[in-house]
Amino acid sequence: MNSRFRQWLDGGLDEAEMIRIMDASELPDRPREEIRQEARQKKEEFLKQEEIQKEILASRERTRWFYIFVAVLSCVCLIGVLLGLVAHLPRFGVENPLTMEVVTRYVEEGLEETGAVNIVSGMILDYRAFDTLGESNVLFTALVCVLILLRADRKNMQAGREDYYKIRSDQYYDLSHDAIMRFAGMVLMPCIVLYGMYVILNGQNGPGGGFSGGAVMGAGLILSAAAFGFDTVDRIFTLRLSNIITFVSLSFYSLAKGYVFFMGANGYDNHIPKGTPGAILSGGMILPLDIAVGIVVACTMFGFYSLFRRGCIGGKTE
Amino acid sequence: MSFIRNFPLFTIVLSLFSGALCLLISSKAARIYTVLLESVLTVMVSMTLWYTYTTDSAFTYKMGEFPAPWGNEIRAGVLECVIALTFLIIILMSLLAGDHFLRIDIDESKQNLFFSLVSLMTAALMAMTWTNDIFTGYVFLEILTLTSCGVLIVREIGRTTLAAVRYMILNLLGSGLFLLGVVLLYDLSGHLLMVPMHEAIARIAEDPESIPVIALSVGILTIGLGIKSGLFPFYYWMPDTYGSATPASASLMSSLVTKAYIFLLIKIYFRAVGMEVIRKTSILEILFVLGILGMIFGSVRAVSTGSINRMIAYSSAAQIGYIYMGLGIGTLAGLTGALFQIVAHGFTKSLLFLTVPYLAEASGNSLLFGSLRGAARKDRQAAFFFLIGALSMVGIPFFAGFPVKLLLGESAVGQHSSFKLLAAMLGLAISTLLNAMYFIRTLILLNMEKLPEEASPGEMKVRSKSGGVQRIGYPFAALVLAAANIFLGVFSWTLVELIRLGLAMFQ
Repeated sequence: MNSRFRQWLDGGLDEAEMIRIMDASELPDRPREEIRQEARQKKEEFLKQEEIQKEILASRERTRWFYIFVAVLSCVCLIGVLLGLVAHLPRFGVENPLTMEVVTRYVEEGLEETGAVNIVSGMILDYRAFDTLGESNVLFTALVCVLILLRADRKNMQAGREDYYKIRSDQYYDLSHDAIMRFAGMVLMPCIVLYGMYVILNGQNGPGGGFSGGAVMGAGLILSAAAFGFDTVDRIFTLRLSNIITFVSLSFYSLAKGYVFFMGANGYDNHIPKGTPGAILSGGMILPLDIAVGIVVACTMFGFYSLFRRGCIGGKTE
Repeated sequence: MSFIRNFPLFTIVLSLFSGALCLLISSKAARIYTVLLESVLTVMVSMTLWYTYTTDSAFTYKMGEFPAPWGNEIRAGVLECVIALTFLIIILMSLLAGDHFLRIDIDESKQNLFFSLVSLMTAALMAMTWTNDIFTGYVFLEILTLTSCGVLIVREIGRTTLAAVRYMILNLLGSGLFLLGVVLLYDLSGHLLMVPMHEAIARIAEDPESIPVIALSVGILTIGLGIKSGLFPFYYWMPDTYGSATPASASLMSSLVTKAYIFLLIKIYFRAVGMEVIRKTSILEILFVLGILGMIFGSVRAVSTGSINRMIAYSSAAQIGYIYMGLGIGTLAGLTGALFQIVAHGFTKSLLFLTVPYLAEASGNSLLFGSLRGAARKDRQAAFFFLIGALSMVGIPFFAGFPVKLLLGESAVGQHSSFKLLAAMLGLAISTLLNAMYFIRTLILLNMEKLPEEASPGEMKVRSKSGGVQRIGYPFAALVLAAANIFLGVFSWTLVELIRLGLAMFQ
């Protein structure tokens, strides 16, 4: 007892704790292959001892069943609770008429107040625009996280560099010399981009809007990269351009909405014309906001594709 | 209308704008810009605090042309201002003190991305603090989840990626449950804004049959936020997450991110559902028990762990337990203790997380206790700040941790259930003892003579390169955090007064 306390005080470690830490720790600045080899050797040495082998297998078996049991049990419980809960909820709007207050105004006066035929657009970009401002930044945050993870740099490209480049290089999976691919790309790409633009520009009048239209346009960009090769796309769509487009759209979105919030809260008129309902130029701020969101989404989609495929946007890795 | 009323909106919009701007500018410019931005926001929030304090009232701010039940709304009272100000000061200090390690840990080409994430995180923290709308809370909670994953993986070593994956899975589970809770509450009440929702739920709760439905909806939402904030038994993601992140990120995540979730939970309890409805369910009792279990088990794990960062991370789990215990006591006094703990623990934990890496650097970049022997002799400055943090964590009088324990103890005495009184006292006593045990041990270890080389146990280097960068920001930032600790310990009544005032405006 006394010696164990002494050991604890001195900062010594239990053997089990030691193994756990050694097993999980990883030296950051060493080649990955070397670390892997070392770990493999250690593991082999360790596993050679038969008793340990048996013990590990037994404990693995036990915990495995325990985990499965707990997982199934908690899922079943959650399903049961949710089903029971739904059965006891009042039927929306029928048994609980007071809940219709907000919805009624959106449906009945939405067109007049927002100028948008598509009430959903009016709701997300006018009544509850603050939530959508957050939502478009969720996408941007995801882009930043993927950039951090996948953009090639000195740290995540340390080991096995040549292999990595060989696999990722355009020659390896390149389809851009394939005649069918090129022809299909040539025919489809303009249609897809045009359709994307249509969806974005008509967000206030029908189903669609920035998020869906942007995704369609992003698909068009991805197709062009696949059909004509990254070299062709890189000539126009550089990292700098992508950053500038994202910045301009997002900051326009934030500042424009900030302006509307500011004017609304202080009781001033914001001087944004509502337009004729049904026309392209209608719905007040909804159209420009949809365009901004659409551009951000398209850039993000293409950025994801490019990062996953080769670890950079727009050709070179700064 | 006073111009100051616009400041909460500016804090959110400016931070969102800066998130996009940092993508465009160089790392060096982004560093300076972000520090400037956070300073400006701190000034703005201080002025808002002064405004709400002098006018002795909270104000709501319409986001756009449409009034309350139809459009979004934010709200600022004394309590929101205190929490937002705490958040901003800690962000600023973390950036200043962690700068030395940011330059080492993050690849040069990605540092601007880190600052972009910090700006977005600021926006999310501010929006979650100011929001008067439960769905806005969900949207910015998503941003907070993603940004905290981002500041974790930005170090790009195996361990952080592993920790981030685990953190991400657990957090998404939490977000999903929270969203389910929001949907159920919306289905019940037909509102997303807190005030109308409160009125609708109060009307529904008059029928005793509807209490179980409300309890389950709020319960699902609470589990979601509980997972995200590290309530017992969901704290297992903490040690790897905090232990391996770059110091500034560890400080941001432990001091701010988890607290923002808890503050949102308190806000929903008070302003959206109503405490009188919550008290009819057994949610508070469950939170109380889980809080005490967290206090004890977190401390036990902290005693037995082998590296100093993991010890502090487990101690965070215990400290989160204090907050939930205060909330679970169910009285205003208990809640005052919990809110005091949010502020006090924020200042203390960030100080510790920002100080420990310097001690490790002084003793060969290892975070294992064995290698840390004698680190205090090599780096007197860091050792001094660690001492202040440790004393505050243990709860020595004149440091921020002491009033927390006093307030929580007082509130336990002030309520009627004898079970709660006994459990709270026992929990506080055991947790404080264990706290003292592992912090005193660490202090002794830091001040011992260094052992001869061959006797030192295994290596767990956190960085292989170091030095070369001047540590300019650290002494200043650590001094501010330490001063805040001592101020909260000595003049604890100022904060208690502000919290009471804020809580009075809250309902």
